[in-house]
This record gives sequence, C-alpha cells and structure tokens, in this order.
Amino acid sequence: MAKFFAVTIVVIAIASALPILLHTWEPPADISTHGHLIDEQMSETMVEAGIAFLAAQLLLGFFIWRFSNRPKTEKIRNFPGGARGLVAAAVVIVGLEVMALGVFGTKAWADIYFTPASANALPIQAQAGQFAFYFRYPGPDGTFGPIHPDQINESTENFFGLDTTHDADSKDDIVTAELAVPVNREIHLLMHSKDVGHSFFVRELRIQQDFVPGLDLSVHFTPTKIGRYEILCTQLCGLGHYNMKAYLEVKSQEDFDAWLKQQAALQ
Amino acid sequence: MHDMSGQAVHHHSPPTGFLRKYVFSVDHKVIGEQYYALALVAVYIGLVLSWIMRIHLAWPNYAIPGVRFLSKTGAPGGLLTPEYYLQLMTMHGTIMVFFVLTTAPFAGFGNYFLPIQVGAEDMPFPHINMMSFWVTFVAFLVAVAAFFVPQGPPLSGWTAYAPLSALGQAAGPGEGTGQVLWAVSIAIFCVGQLLGSLNFISTTLDMRCRGMSLMRLPLSAWSWFITSCIGLTAFAVLMPACILLILDHVAGTSFFVPSNLVVNDQLQPHSGGSTLLWQHLFWFFGHPEVYIAIVPGMGVVSHVLITNMRRPLLSHRVVIYSMLALAFLSYMVYGHHMFVSGMNPYSSIAFSFPTLAITVPATIIVLIWIGSLYGSRLRINTASLFALGFISMFVSGGVSGFFLAQPSIDIMLHATYFVVGHFHLVMAVAALFGIFAGTYFWFPKVTGRMMNEAWGRIHFWFTFVGAYCIFMPFHYLGMAGNIRRYQAFVDDFMGPLMPVHKFITIAALITGAAQLLFLFNLFYSRFRGKPAPANPWEGTSLEWSIPSPPPFDNFGGKIPVVYHDPYQYGVEGAANDFVMQDSPEVINSVNDEK
Repeated sequence: MAKFFAVTIVVIAIASALPILLHTWEPPADISTHGHLIDEQMSETMVEAGIAFLAAQLLLGFFIWRFSNRPKTEKIRNFPGGARGLVAAAVVIVGLEVMALGVFGTKAWADIYFTPASANALPIQAQAGQFAFYFRYPGPDGTFGPIHPDQINESTENFFGLDTTHDADSKDDIVTAELAVPVNREIHLLMHSKDVGHSFFVRELRIQQDFVPGLDLSVHFTPTKIGRYEILCTQLCGLGHYNMKAYLEVKSQEDFDAWLKQQAALQ
Repeated sequence: MHDMSGQAVHHHSPPTGFLRKYVFSVDHKVIGEQYYALALVAVYIGLVLSWIMRIHLAWPNYAIPGVRFLSKTGAPGGLLTPEYYLQLMTMHGTIMVFFVLTTAPFAGFGNYFLPIQVGAEDMPFPHINMMSFWVTFVAFLVAVAAFFVPQGPPLSGWTAYAPLSALGQAAGPGEGTGQVLWAVSIAIFCVGQLLGSLNFISTTLDMRCRGMSLMRLPLSAWSWFITSCIGLTAFAVLMPACILLILDHVAGTSFFVPSNLVVNDQLQPHSGGSTLLWQHLFWFFGHPEVYIAIVPGMGVVSHVLITNMRRPLLSHRVVIYSMLALAFLSYMVYGHHMFVSGMNPYSSIAFSFPTLAITVPATIIVLIWIGSLYGSRLRINTASLFALGFISMFVSGGVSGFFLAQPSIDIMLHATYFVVGHFHLVMAVAALFGIFAGTYFWFPKVTGRMMNEAWGRIHFWFTFVGAYCIFMPFHYLGMAGNIRRYQAFVDDFMGPLMPVHKFITIAALITGAAQLLFLFNLFYSRFRGKPAPANPWEGTSLEWSIPSPPPFDNFGGKIPVVYHDPYQYGVEGAANDFVMQDSPEVINSVNDEK
C-alpha cells in the first residue's frame, strides 16, 4: 500500500506537470506593448513553482516508499543537516527565489500602473453597468461632457446621462457599444461604473481592471495587432454577469478614423 | 497554569437529563461532537450544491433530478436559471467556508481535544462554550433560511462584494431578504467564534496541568491556540462589517454605497459610502480565515503523522514558530485579493511582498514534515494516508500561490479558475484531508470503537485521486483565461474548454459519491465497529492516557502531571518505543524541550 501510494504521488505530480510542459492550455498571444513582461514573469514563476512542486512531491513519494513499514529493529535516523539545514534551505532557496520574483515582477506592474498615460494617448471612457459596456469618445473638441446620473436612461439610449441640450462638451461625444481603437496608439481608458462592481478584462491585451462604483479609475495600454478581441466582465455583477461582454476592435488608423466618423454620424 | 496534581474538583457536575447531557451540554466533548455534527450536515449540503453547479456547467440543458423541488422559480423543470446558479454558488461558498472549514477542524476537534491535551477537566467557561455552539447553530439556520424566502439566497458570492450586496432587491434576485439573512447569519456566526476563541485561549494559557509547559503542548493544541488568536481578531472585524451591511439594507445608511449609482434607470438614494471599504474589511477577515481553516489541519496532521512515523518532528519549536509566523503574516497579506480592485497600485506592491514572504514559514513546515519522514518507521493506515495526502495537497495548492502573490501575474489570473483551483486545494481539500486524518485517528478515542480500515482506505484512494482530477485542471482552465462565477460559457474562447469542464464534473460526481462511504463508515463503526484498544495508535499525548470514550471529567477526578514533551517516540531504553507524556519514567531524550 505504501509503495503504491508513493508511486501514485509521483505519477500525479508528473501528470500534473505534463500539460504545462506541453503548453496544452495557454492564453492567446499578447497584443500589447507591456504584455511580454507579464508573460515572461509568468514563465519564470512557472519554472520556480514547477521545480518546487515536483521536488516536494517526488521527495514525499520517495520517503514514503523508502521509510514506511520499517521494523522496530531499524533505528530512527535524522535527515542530514536536521531542521537547521531545512530551515536554511527554506529561507535561502525558496525565500530568496520568491522575493526575487517579487522584485522582478514589479517591473511589469510598474509599467502599467506607476507610469501615467502619455499626453498624446487617446482618451476613451468606458462605462460598465448591469450587464453591458458602453464606450465614449470625446469628439472633435477633445473633451468629455459631464455625466448626469439622474438622466441615465437605457430606454432612450442615454447610457451616460449626457445633457446635449445644455452641455456644449457633450454635443460631439460619440457613444458606442464596442471599443474600437487605432493600432499602435496608446489608449487611456477612463473607467466608470454606473451601478455595481464590474471588471474590464481582455486576455490578449494583458489588462484586467475592476470598475469600482464611486471611483474613477483608468488604465493605459497600446495594442499592437489589428483584430477583434473579447472584453469580459470578471467581477461578479449579478445574474447576467456571465453574458456581459463587448468587443475590442483594433483597427488601422485609417479604418479607425472612418469608423469614428461613421459612429459620429449615427449619434 | 493549573497547579493541581491531586484530586481536582470539577466545576460542574455530570448532567442527568437528556437535554443537559446531549443538547444543552456544557461538556466540551459533547460540544465538540455537536460542532462536528453540524459540519457534517453542512458539508453534505455544500457537496450537493457543488454537484448541481458542476452538472449545470458541464451539461446546461440536462434537467437535474430533484432540483426543481429546491426552487420552482430558480430551477424550473430542473434547469438552473442564471441567477439561481449564482445563488447556489454563494451558499456553497458560505456553507463550506464558515460552517465546515471553520467549524470542524477548529471548533469540532479543538473543543473535544484541547482541554484533554492540556490536561484540563473542561474549558474555563463551559456555559460560554455551550453558547458558542448554539449561537453557531442559529447562524446556520439563518443562512439556510435564505433558501426558503421569496427570491431565495443572495447571488453576490461568499465575498458579498458591495455595492451589489448592499443595494437591496434592485441589484438582483436574492439581494433583498436573502442578502440580509446572509449578513445576519455571518454576524451571529462571528459571535459564536469569538466566544469559542476566548475559551480556547484561556484554556491553553490558564488550564494546563502541572508540567505542561507551552513547549510541551502537542502541535494540535498549539494549532488550535494559534487559530483562536487569529479568530479573535478576524471575526471581530467581520462582525461589525456585516452589521454595517445590514444597516445599509434596513436603516438607510450608505456605508458601502457611494453616491450617484443608477440601477435599472433609477438613481439610488445613497450617498458617500465606499465600496472598497467592504473589500478591506472583508479581506482583513478573509485572508486570516484561510489560516483559520488550514492551521488546525497542520496541527492535526503533525500530530497524526508523528504518531505514525514513530518519531518526533525534526524540530517541534520550529513548527510552532512557523505557525505563529503564518498567523502574524496572515494579516499583512490580505490586499493580494484586491490587486485589480482599484486600490492604490503602490499598496499592491506592499501587499505582494508579505504574501511572497509567507511562503517561507509554509515551506519550513512542509520541509520539516517531509524531512521527518526520512529515517522514520512510517505506519500506513487511513489516518496517516490522509495526513500524507494533506502534505501533497498543501504543496500543490501552495505553489500556485507563487503566481497569485504577484500583482503583475494576477492581472491574467485574477477571477479565473486558477484562483478556484488554488484555494480549493490549499484551503478546502487540504483542510478536509486534515479533518479526515483527525477523524480516522481520534474516532476510537471518541467512540471506543475502530473505524473500518478497508472502507477507510477505499475512501482515501477515491478522495486523493479524485481531488487531483477535479482541482488540478482548474489551474489549466485559469491559465487559458476561463473566468470563474460564470453560469455558462458563451464566450468564444471558453467554448473549447468545455471538455475539461465535463471531465471535472465526472470526477466531482465520483469523488463526492465516495464521501457517502465515509459517512456510512462513520455511522456503522459508531455502533458496530470493532472495540478499540486503549491506545490503538500507541500515542503519547494525554488523550491516550484516559479511557475511550473519556469520562465526563476527562481524567477521572485526578488531574495528570506531565513529565515529558508530547512526542517521545523512538526512545532508546524505554519499555516500548514510546513514553507517555504523563509517565514518570525517567528517559534520556534529546527531544525533551522544557
């Protein structure tokens, strides 16, 4: 029984590692300028976690195989180096390794969150509500009109509560249900929730950020590949949470300009 | 510390009536069994809920037999509505975390064995102890009552993030009465745990018998003591948070709801609250809760493993200090649940490093366990198999923490099935393995009968292999970007992952079914099991120095005196290969830590 258990542990450990080694399930390719930092950090962490996982499981399996059901005549022995050696190994090998991971990982985080969006980044407002995303472009004046929560009305499609009669800045604002952006241009996404918590997640962009009611948050990113990508809500927001999605359309600058013009005409 | 080596006077006399003996008992052992029984009922409810969710995820068009009786509107014709899926998910998490993972390993085993292991007749405040259980029981009834109110239980998850949880009926089904019941239940539960923690702490500090220095406490006793210290602080924060949430519902306050929210085109009448405040308060409890669930498992597993290895751990002290370090650090890491919440990004870094640092004491404990296996005389039985399985599960769930501790990687893994796999392995499955190890190990002490070993081993194999088949693929799904808390996968990239979900569901059904064998074994052995020898595992701690089941006052009116540290195994020159803690036998041991 003990030896069978030991073998089972080893088989499970190797079987668990195989899909990782074979890259069976992986996120789609990165389409952002910062995403490679996250991917590299993920790979390095995978190597360290993988070594720790396999080493611990194999050692556990081996010791169960080797030291189970020994007769009383065999003496109890101590692990070479004793507790002191193991504590040193935990502190020096594991402790330093994970701390190093933390230090290097900070770079990817800082790239997104510690640096402000550049001055020429394209500002787009994203609004999340049960259970849809809407996006707003500031129009030719480059300024977003103010939001009047009391005027938000889905039935009249006034998703942002804009008062185009009285607010000059709102008149040229363009509201859309999909997020179209020009390729290789930095986007400054201004995030606003109208009701409960939501999230903005695009796997290919390596961006995930919550919408927090009462807080105006923002993220910035530069998409590098033309295409259509899913935007998902990842923060539990109610019964329609599973179906709350929109699309990110990364277009060439020309296509984007034409699209924006078309959308402006539809307002 | 008790300084009584002679006759002790028990501070309450044995009850005679049925109600005082079995229902409103002040005996810590009965209370421990009541907690365990409550957890047993709760865990099978939680299990069935998980089965329903798993079947729905894998085969959304399959009418699940019997489910329509649970809710006519939530599961018409046996098919779950989107909201009812979330409502069952909320109740699964709530029942499992609070009424199983907190209740069984800490309050159940702790109540039963802490006073015995420290050499006391009972806890210092038996009536408060009785109250702690009945308060917890009421909390459970209130939580379950949410199933039976119009619109059912809340759908906001066991984390109950505001403002979804605070806006009332407008936010969604179950967010009215159901959510209030949830908050009332958890607030009451906190009261029960606070009362219990006070008793545990005072039992450990004040009720130890002569010779029982702190370092002579078994590791299980240490783990309950440390857990009660965590609980005292963590539940003291969650309880007021729940009260504020209730006030937001019933008193028109806005603690967690900011101004200008519009739900269904209606401007909400709230102003000035903070949604992040709820997250801070909740996770200040929530992360220590992980250790409330797992530290007792560490203690129980150490205790079971040492007895079956026939040797003490390489260092008793280092494991205690590491568990204390885990408890201390657990308060400094909670922000890693909030990396993408909009919290100041510098805070994320500040929370990331303690989270990475907590790996060190956890690794030390694992290495001490594995290193202590070296050169041991390991006995294989169901209890030791579950203890060894605990180590394997704890390692597997622990290494995925390397990823989630880093804010940059969390961008990709947050709210995915990777997180679900991580916490289920490290907190839920590992803790359950600790509960199983403790159950198979102490069953003869509690009942005077042995559990069926063959059935126990079958139960172990299905559970060990099954748990890996369920929870390891969750990590792969998460890496591929599969979002959690979705009742269906309508998205382009999640569709291809459905075969993995089907595999997980089949594994969950089989593994869950194996738990019925455990239940049968538990009841069958209680009445028909082989009579247990006085000390079936040849243990050394005080619980094995008294009859099974223990008498009302534990030690037959005579408080023991302790002469040795708790784990005198492999003792050269001793009559057996072990020496009991209360044996005055003079031995030459390098392990004796005063």
